[in-house]
Amino acid sequence: MTEAARPRTARPEPPPLDVDALIDDVATRVVVCCGSGGVGKTTTAAALALRAAERGRRTVVITVDPARRLAQAMGLDRLDHTPRPVTSREDAEGSSGRGELHAMMLDMKRTFDEIVEEHADPERARRILANPFYRSLSTGFSGTQEYMAMEKLGQLRRSEAWDLIVVDTPPSRSALDFLDAPKRLGRFLDGGLVRFLTAPKGNGVLRFLGAGFDVVGSVIGRITGPGFLNDLRSFVSAFDAVFGGFQERAERTYRSLRGPDTAFLVVAAPEPDPLREASFFIERLRRDSMSPAGLVLNRTHPLPAGPAAELSAQEALEAAESLEGTGEHPLAAAALRLHAERVRARERELLLRDRTLAAHPGIRTVEVADRAEAVHDLNGLRGIGASLAGAAPETEG
Amino acid sequence: MNEREDGPHDGGPEEAFAGARLHIVTGKGGTGKTTVATALALALATDGGRVLLVEVEGRQGVASLLESDPLPHEEREALSAPGGGSVSVLAADAEAALLEYLDLFYGMRRAGRALTGLGAVDFATSIAPGLRDVLLTGKITEAVQRREGGRRRPPGSGTGRHHYDAVVLDAPPTGRIGSFLNVHSEVAGLATTGPVHDQAERAMKVVRSDRTRVHFVTTPEEMPVQETREGIAEIEASGLRVGAVIVNMVGPTLLDAADLSATAAAGPDVDAITEGLKAAGLDDPALLSEGLASELRTYALRHLLELRLLGELRETGRPLLTLSRLESGAPRSALSGLARRLTEQGARR
Repeated sequence: MTEAARPRTARPEPPPLDVDALIDDVATRVVVCCGSGGVGKTTTAAALALRAAERGRRTVVITVDPARRLAQAMGLDRLDHTPRPVTSREDAEGSSGRGELHAMMLDMKRTFDEIVEEHADPERARRILANPFYRSLSTGFSGTQEYMAMEKLGQLRRSEAWDLIVVDTPPSRSALDFLDAPKRLGRFLDGGLVRFLTAPKGNGVLRFLGAGFDVVGSVIGRITGPGFLNDLRSFVSAFDAVFGGFQERAERTYRSLRGPDTAFLVVAAPEPDPLREASFFIERLRRDSMSPAGLVLNRTHPLPAGPAAELSAQEALEAAESLEGTGEHPLAAAALRLHAERVRARERELLLRDRTLAAHPGIRTVEVADRAEAVHDLNGLRGIGASLAGAAPETEG
Repeated sequence: MNEREDGPHDGGPEEAFAGARLHIVTGKGGTGKTTVATALALALATDGGRVLLVEVEGRQGVASLLESDPLPHEEREALSAPGGGSVSVLAADAEAALLEYLDLFYGMRRAGRALTGLGAVDFATSIAPGLRDVLLTGKITEAVQRREGGRRRPPGSGTGRHHYDAVVLDAPPTGRIGSFLNVHSEVAGLATTGPVHDQAERAMKVVRSDRTRVHFVTTPEEMPVQETREGIAEIEASGLRVGAVIVNMVGPTLLDAADLSATAAAGPDVDAITEGLKAAGLDDPALLSEGLASELRTYALRHLLELRLLGELRETGRPLLTLSRLESGAPRSALSGLARRLTEQGARR
């Protein structure tokens, strides 16, 4: 218990993440915010983009499925498929220099439709857009959204209209999906099964595989009904002729993420699952020689500075119990009980954090303290931006 | 706060749980959905029940919760409930479900392997996510309908007692739950006839049955509560039955109503706290009380917000169950604590 009794033991603090240095650096052109669902990625991305804009960069933030409130906070009744200027209601005359903020929401179906329309002649495009497989593919969650987020990122980057693009990644099952799903989709569209199913009988691949085809083809036919295979065949032939290199396209975008102008911010909440995901992600980024700029530990519960930080949970509880025994000072007793709970929660948080950091020594970290209310306006986002830049948590009292 | 003292609801918590055979647990990411689903499985298994807990997201969330090795696509007894009950866990996997399905219905294990080798799983998950969901819901449907006696047969056969008293599904999060449960329309455009179509129909019958409930897990925070209210409306509109709302990580009640609003409005009476700290013999009471006062005010603001959000959730008319923040400690004992709290609030078979 001695360990728990001293919240301020000499715990090595991780190297701080300097967000301002990152977003001020003109060499930083893309910041990708990633992490598991529910950790506050969207808000972090928006806060970071706003801060960058107010520090003078022409910034666009691509969000995926933001809460309506957040869209409203950015002065947009709705976020749609094209970047919209975010007008700050408070200082409409504009802030420092030429910085500006645009925001858009990823519409994966429209992004996909546009690629098709851009590359196919009208008749073929019409056929593709009407195919039931295309409809399933372009609205299905698994892979398409990630692919289209990458695609949109590529488009915005090529447009040269922005100094900085901040990307909020889709709410995947796992943070790694953002990196893996596009390749999986590309691989599938270019891949063996599709060719196998759709190749005309008698070509080399089929001869090579011999009787295997009939078995597999008939299995699929029997399971799904014959219409399925026909739709798939017509979809793939129409699609294939248009793209050919779907996979190559995915890989090109993926490669561009390795560039020195792209930074990944890994966002996590101080809970076991998000931190585990964050850990996987950092490992993966390093393995693929991408650069994890740092870890944002979101919604933490730091103790107030001063002597309160030195009062252990046990001391606080004992004091609360002694007061409750006398029946006097109920307010102080409540404050002491609350403090004990907060010290315990903080201990647990730091334990989880340090376990993650031990696996990734040197990763830069910044803590953003939890706030009671969701962000309602640009000021709320500014507050989070300030915390991201290392400002001490403001006290609400 | 005990929710049962809040007066009658549309349907009490008993109606939300008792008699249901499939409990679908959804919630926004980060609300503790897996923890609550596991605790609910334990609560439903209490006193001799046999419950299956299924996860379908491939995250191995249950394994990480139990701090165990990754779970296979295989039903395994993993937890024992008070009074002789047991919870088996299945980490359902679309690929394994497909092989099992081919073997079961067609005796085509080898062809199935060939299919997998060719990327049939990429196929199912990438081009037609609906198919992946059909495989998973099909697996769940089978477990819900399985009866004692004889080998697993296509659903509907057998008249013995159900193998499981209840199946709890750790379902996809609120944002995806609609399409996950609506497997029929997801595949309708793709497979218009044939066994996949039939299986989707069978799964829909179970999902839409009056013995299936969709429960929502939320925390008392604005965004999850908003999503929960929208999710309930969506599920109800699609004709499925919403069970209970389980509010996770509810903070403690430390102040009475009068102190709470006063503290939230103007901060607590710092002098009164200082006097108390002096009386308790703590060092540096004046400075210490400032820190504690700021903690107390933050708490009061948050607690008021929690109460308001609980009120909003109550307006949905669904029974509300609450769980307090998970204390650190051995995960299994924490889980039985949560399960007990759910049982006390009416989560019974």
